[in-house]
Amino acid sequence: MSDYVQMWKDLGMDLENHDMLCQVLPTAVGDVFLTQENRPKAMDFWDLVISEVHGIRPAELVQEQKKGRKVFGTFCVYVPDEVVIAANGIVTGLCGGSQFWVPGGEEVLPKNTCPLIKASVGARLGKTCPFFRIADMYVGETTCDGKKKAYEILGEDVPMYVMDVPQMKREKDILKWKDEIAEFAGMVERFTGNEITPEKLSRAIHLVNEKRRALQRVYDCRKSKCLPISGRDALLMMQIAFFDDPARCAKMCNRLADELEQRIRDGVSVVPAGTKRILVTGTPLAVPNWKLHNIIETSGAVVVCEEMCTGTRYFENLVDESQTTLDQQFMALSQRYMKTNCACFTPNTGRIEDLLRMVREYQVDGVIDCSLKFCCLYDTEKRGVSAALKDAGIPVLSLETDYEDSDAEQLRTRIGAFVEMLND
Amino acid sequence: MKCSIGIDIGSTCAKTIVLDEEKKIVHRLLRPTGWSSIDTAREIRSSLCDLGVDMDRAAVVATGYGRISVPYADKTVTEITCHAKGACYIHGTGDLAAIDIGGQDTKIITVAKGAVSDFLMNDKCSAGTGRFLEVMANTLGVSPLDLCRMAAEGGNTTISSLCTVFAESEVISLIGRGEKRENIAYAVVDSIVQKVASQAKRLGISKQAVCLTGGLCEFDYLRQRLAAVLHTQVEAQPDGRYAGAIGAALLASAL
Repeated sequence: MSDYVQMWKDLGMDLENHDMLCQVLPTAVGDVFLTQENRPKAMDFWDLVISEVHGIRPAELVQEQKKGRKVFGTFCVYVPDEVVIAANGIVTGLCGGSQFWVPGGEEVLPKNTCPLIKASVGARLGKTCPFFRIADMYVGETTCDGKKKAYEILGEDVPMYVMDVPQMKREKDILKWKDEIAEFAGMVERFTGNEITPEKLSRAIHLVNEKRRALQRVYDCRKSKCLPISGRDALLMMQIAFFDDPARCAKMCNRLADELEQRIRDGVSVVPAGTKRILVTGTPLAVPNWKLHNIIETSGAVVVCEEMCTGTRYFENLVDESQTTLDQQFMALSQRYMKTNCACFTPNTGRIEDLLRMVREYQVDGVIDCSLKFCCLYDTEKRGVSAALKDAGIPVLSLETDYEDSDAEQLRTRIGAFVEMLND
Repeated sequence: MKCSIGIDIGSTCAKTIVLDEEKKIVHRLLRPTGWSSIDTAREIRSSLCDLGVDMDRAAVVATGYGRISVPYADKTVTEITCHAKGACYIHGTGDLAAIDIGGQDTKIITVAKGAVSDFLMNDKCSAGTGRFLEVMANTLGVSPLDLCRMAAEGGNTTISSLCTVFAESEVISLIGRGEKRENIAYAVVDSIVQKVASQAKRLGISKQAVCLTGGLCEFDYLRQRLAAVLHTQVEAQPDGRYAGAIGAALLASAL
């Protein structure tokens, strides 16, 4: 990634520390992805993007900024990309997924904070991630207490806007979220200097829906008994979707789906018949967090679905494209986003219904429910998730982990035992 | 004779079981794991040769934390599966709940028709494990077995910290305060029992006969306390410590 040194300098990055991060990434990518056999050819796009993850896309964003476009960094699938796109803005995900950034976050956050938050704050304050440097504005949300307070700290360093996500899903909460979206749109208009019209918002809604349809197409292929793609590769596609241009993302996912559908017709599977199919649920797996998938898929099982923010929660449910006034469109957006079942809501029975449905759709043999350490919400929900799935006859393994490698062997024992149990 | 060998290299002890063709136990080996699982595995091999076991014809399954360090193993299997199979063998039933308190891990396993139906392991921390007992016994200057014997004579004291490091400070404070050793020993055992019992209840084990395996199954007072807290019968057999190795040997016999 040496071609990007000048850009990183211009972004005010700490090059010395950033070099250390750049050194470990190729090994990780090699170990996790390139050792796999019989990968879909279309994965070459994501291999390239991840090999230059701090170069290719950041350079594009800087180019667009020079043309006057604004970049908004987000941390949650509840923030509506459509609104930003309608004002000719660009959205990029900002969630930190590397242990590298955690110590930096620990300098300002309590130690009982989840690693995703620590890493996100550490990436900003440590000046070692170009995306965190590029974003003109951060858009946060109130999906957990740790994030709410962390946004106050980030707000000392970068323009920060926080959306108030409801905690329940009553009709009045959907109306409230619609109002939040409308207010957000006003802020985006002022910040970008571009008016949001119903026509522009309509085009943005269609664009993002197209991306969702393309991601869904890839996931649909994972429902096949003849499994054309590994969980690791699907996860990588999913993670990059948060950073990529939405039109290109849709195009590349459709290209991948074309190949996967052909593979299914040809009977090409990435695993031997009978390999146990795992659904992973819980907290998000931000780049470059591949630990869980890697352990599962080197323990004799395969991941066929992720019921998480870096998974189905990102693309399931489309926004109604038939609305013609901003007021109606904001409502349509609210209705779509409020269908996403996050543990910050009470009750959150929709997540269990989703899981029971996905277990059938993806022909799942066992569920691994994994939360990041100190995520009180998902950790507490494990009990209900486990009970509902076990009632339905689906074995469940509940795990808790962070970004460190130190528990890899403990996880391997638990996951290995779970796979043995499914095979016995 | 074609033997089946199970080797369970745990964090504290390495257990080896040799079964004959009738699946009868012909040899039991027990030794500290020490600092090198690889050396331990090598020494086990030479001990087996000394006992006249035909290693070239034997099938070997390795389990436990050191399972990857046994180069001559034909297969590795996790300790959950092995303990379940071993507990069934020892207790003569295919349907049971097993609690295994080992040096570093506590495992709660339910078994139906000889196969694992569900399991739970403690997280990374050593609360409720043999390591906790060992550290506290060291602090009190006694062996873990003596600590359990002393605990039976004590009462009325609790340790509130689950973390081994903090609990050790608590024990030191109790010593400083002049608390009777028996009472401190009681508190140590009680802490382990409470932690293990809450894990067992999490898996829905209560009022169901439980088989205790692993190194701590030999501590009778701990077994009694666990039975009292779980309101159920807790059984232990002399071979309980070897459950993982027995299970591994049984799996080897099927290779």
